[in-house]
Amino acid sequence: MLKHIITSAVTALALTASGAMAAGGGDQHIEDYAFSFEGPFGTYDQNQLQRGLKIFTEVCSACHGLKFVPFRTLGDEGGLGYSEDQVRAYAAQFDVYDPELEDTRPAKPADHFPKNTGAGAPDLSLMAKARAGFHGPLGSGINQLVKGMGGAEYIASLLTGYTGNEKEEAGVTLYENTAFPGGWISMAPPLAGEDVDFDDGHSNELHHEAQDVAAFLMWAAEPKMMARQHAGFIGVLFLVILSSLLYLTNKRIWAPIKKSAKSA
Amino acid sequence: MAGIPHDHYEPKSKSEKWLHSRLPIVGLLYDTIMIPTPKNLNWMWIWGIVLTFCLALQIVTGIVLAMHYTPHVDLAFASVEHIMRDVNGGHMLRYLHANGASLFFIAVYAHIFRGLYYGSYKAPREITWIIGMLIYLLMMGTAFMGYVLPWGQMSFWGATVITGLFGAVPFVGESIQTLLLGGPAVDNATLNRFFSLHYLFPFLIAGLVAVHIWAFHSTGNNNPTGVEVRRGSKAEAAKDTVPFWPYFVIKDLLALAVILAVFFAIVGFMPNYLGHPDNYIEANPLATPAHIVPEWYFLPFYAILRAFTSEVWVVQFASFITGGIIDAKFFGVLAMFGAIIVMALAPWLDTSSVRSARYRPQLKWWFALLVIDFFVLMWLGAMPAEEPYASFSLIASAYWFGYFLVILPLLGVLEKPLPQPATIEDDFNAHYGKPAE
Repeated sequence: MLKHIITSAVTALALTASGAMAAGGGDQHIEDYAFSFEGPFGTYDQNQLQRGLKIFTEVCSACHGLKFVPFRTLGDEGGLGYSEDQVRAYAAQFDVYDPELEDTRPAKPADHFPKNTGAGAPDLSLMAKARAGFHGPLGSGINQLVKGMGGAEYIASLLTGYTGNEKEEAGVTLYENTAFPGGWISMAPPLAGEDVDFDDGHSNELHHEAQDVAAFLMWAAEPKMMARQHAGFIGVLFLVILSSLLYLTNKRIWAPIKKSAKSA
Repeated sequence: MAGIPHDHYEPKSKSEKWLHSRLPIVGLLYDTIMIPTPKNLNWMWIWGIVLTFCLALQIVTGIVLAMHYTPHVDLAFASVEHIMRDVNGGHMLRYLHANGASLFFIAVYAHIFRGLYYGSYKAPREITWIIGMLIYLLMMGTAFMGYVLPWGQMSFWGATVITGLFGAVPFVGESIQTLLLGGPAVDNATLNRFFSLHYLFPFLIAGLVAVHIWAFHSTGNNNPTGVEVRRGSKAEAAKDTVPFWPYFVIKDLLALAVILAVFFAIVGFMPNYLGHPDNYIEANPLATPAHIVPEWYFLPFYAILRAFTSEVWVVQFASFITGGIIDAKFFGVLAMFGAIIVMALAPWLDTSSVRSARYRPQLKWWFALLVIDFFVLMWLGAMPAEEPYASFSLIASAYWFGYFLVILPLLGVLEKPLPQPATIEDDFNAHYGKPAE
């Protein structure tokens, strides 16, 4: 019987694996950074998220928006964990348009991060889920279970992937980047290292900054990750217990029927 | 209800008799749950319960999601993010619903291939089979429209490509496409009607599921031997069967619990595994994604659709004799739907007098090849439309049709079946009976 259940599970996995092959690969180089939130028991590193927010605020937000993220979620458990006052003070540095006042006013915790489409830069709310860095092994994508989708790795690799080469095309300057599909990106290198100073004196080398902001954007894209993993774990645990009990019940119920089977 | 003789519900108390003479609903439920079920059913007979569970899961999560979702091109994507971020438990509901669709299809494919192997489609169960195929078609329609609702890039471009298929139908194609889309292109009208139909179809499926269950409760279940339950008397039938409750209810629930443990692990730990990253980018009619790929459960039939290009001689021949009415695009559409139609016609294409492939030494191998073919097609559906994948797709598609149109009819005549057990009881005893001491 167990053999059949295992067969079914393998069938299910095989079915799903071929689906994930749909994701395209390429000649991009995605560095496999070790993030704290990878794997079924991964957690966000609160300090890293806070550093990432600082980088986003001082550098990225000049061109990029974060329109789906409400400021109040900066106070959420399992995320950045700021206090209510800190969230209010942080939000107030952004101006948002209020249709009732017909004017802009300082943002409140209930507001979202403002849109920012001025420079034609994409919104970053979901960027860490809109790019898959990992497709292996053999294109099955199964390694996402332990590594995550790789969106954060993609972002960190992109930020550190500039080679320094530039070219002009139709009046636009393109920068060579080893992580970007096609190899040439129109975004000038946003980080050079030592772009921000952290209060706790944490390293602000380029690859640290890149990982910190990538971790923050992963949180921005999937703020309920820790709650979800917790629910998943509880679900699996209870279902394993339920399965065991049902296995014993089933065995007991069928015992007399199987016992009455006579040799033909 | 069942044709197999068994004890029926007898109202005992006064109130039971009062109700029974007015509405025999307790009797109906009793007969449904106590149906005599062949006692040799194996673990491939559990998918029906999994499917029923999936339908319930999708309807329950879907109804709650619909309370928070806004079907409008400017608001849909944001309303999904609202569900993911602001609605209590919304992220779990959405991931359960999205992955629930995949579980639904895993179960339905296992269920269909079970039926193909054990000859469950054969007389007298043709109606059950046909109803099942209709359910499967409705499931595909529902899933396709559901994938459009988040209004991401894959939603939009998937809808564009698939509704474009209907445009390939000669003469009326353009009208059908316009009717589906509610306009000349995928837009707000499309999103609104897809939302409406995505809500409606599951209830049609539920209705058909009731008919599906009614049909096989009338004929009785098939079983791994394909040998019918003896129906001469209650005592005789009881030797081949056990009541559905509690024996198969508990067994099915055990299987469901194990499958759900795997399901919850996927929902909890890698919920975006089966999705496409591009669908986290809001739909943009001006930017086409690099690869437009349907959801995994459509890939085998998507591969068949793409296999028949204008370079294939069958396509050129069809185009020639119809004076160009059947072009490559329309041929592909016909092939895709034809692949499902030949499966639905299996009861009449299979000429063998033996039901179960267990006693069909040659069919066994052809069937194994069909299962491999299915996975190969699924893989090919995800590959770009270029060589060598195009040639592989053509070969794999040809085998799919060959199995139903050539092998099933011929093998019934050519194959020499193995001896079958005389009764289900014999089969059960051969498996569980202790050797005589």
